[in-house]
Amino acid sequence: MHELGVVFYIIKDVKAVAEENHVDHVSSVVMDIGEVSTVVPHLLTDCWRWAADKEEMLKGCELKINTIPAVTYCDNCKKEYETVKFGKTCPHCNSNNTWLLRGNEVEINSIVV
Amino acid sequence: MEKVKVIEIKKSVFAENDKDADNLRKELKTKGVYLLNLMSSPGSGKTTTLIQTINRLKDKIRVAVMEADIDSDVDAIKIKEATGIPSIQLHTGGMCHLDAEMTRQGLDNVALEDADLVVLENVGNLVCPAEFDTGAVRNAMILSVPEGDDKPLKYPLMFSVCDLVLINKIDVMPYFDFDLERCKSYIHQRNPKAQVIPICAKTGEGVEAFVQWLLTEVNAWKTN
Ligand SMILES: Nc1nc2c(ncn2[C@@H]2O[C@H](COP(=O)(O)OP(=O)(O)O)[C@@H](O)[C@H]2O)c(=O)[nH]1
Ligand SMILES: [Mg+2]
Ligand SMILES: [Zn+2]
Ligand SMILES: [Zn+2]
Repeated sequence: MHELGVVFYIIKDVKAVAEENHVDHVSSVVMDIGEVSTVVPHLLTDCWRWAADKEEMLKGCELKINTIPAVTYCDNCKKEYETVKFGKTCPHCNSNNTWLLRGNEVEINSIVV
Repeated sequence: MEKVKVIEIKKSVFAENDKDADNLRKELKTKGVYLLNLMSSPGSGKTTTLIQTINRLKDKIRVAVMEADIDSDVDAIKIKEATGIPSIQLHTGGMCHLDAEMTRQGLDNVALEDADLVVLENVGNLVCPAEFDTGAVRNAMILSVPEGDDKPLKYPLMFSVCDLVLINKIDVMPYFDFDLERCKSYIHQRNPKAQVIPICAKTGEGVEAFVQWLLTEVNAWKTN
């Protein structure tokens, strides 16, 4: 259900950019979604279809999703590792002194008009 | 054939809301009003905790409450009846979280000149309220014992945005394999700065510590 709220934000931003650029129809929106963001891609596209078709400017507009792999950095041994596989604990040195480098993005990358 | 053009945006979906939230916080600062965003799963004890807390606070500072549960206005009525303080119901239109814009609309219905502290009881859900900055000065959440001590591992974002975690329903600890120390260590893995206060909202045990935390916070916000 969270995805619908996110879709409304995307629509608001996309409409603003389209208007700024004097565009009257957007054919696709490209999103960058991190692997460990709180957004589930297929739910996002489902919500998108429902909500976007209600907007004249976005009728039939496709939502494309780039998945950004999640990477964690370890402050202890200064190495990187795959977040989804190992979580909070560094597989190189077992430290918990780690932080997410990327992978929680919910970003509008670009629109195609 | 129509010409195709790509317009780069490269902007977080939450960026607009973050800006709105920062503006709201600045306005609240000028008005000397402290907004607390209280989050939890449904049934963790937000309303019960608020009643206990407000009854200990209301002679010391002026408090108001905004209730944002999706379904009804029972919580707003309950708070008003049990504490006598002003309490309003926000209608989220089925939305699973509140953003800064909705919070602002809610605050328009609160007499801010008569309030030192406004508590926002957010929609019951551990996922998206964490992602949307409401404009509150601080975020707090309630984790209740029956939910399990591993929740900080399952909802890392929620725990990382909260300055305070209340662990509620400690009276039922004997019936669950909830390990308070383990839970604290999971919370601190996500957020080393989070304060943890165990409480029992039913009896009021531990609530005084939360009251003191609030008094210190509100005082600092109004004076610094
Ligand atoms: N045993 C016990 N029950 C509690 C405690 N705090 C709240 N409850 C009960 O939990 C249920 C949900 O509480 P409520 O405050 O409505 O939760 P909310 O949905 O988060 O606002 C109610 O039946 C409360 O009586 C507590 O400390 N111990
Ligand atoms: Mg409630
Ligand atoms: Zn939501
Ligand atoms: Zn390491």
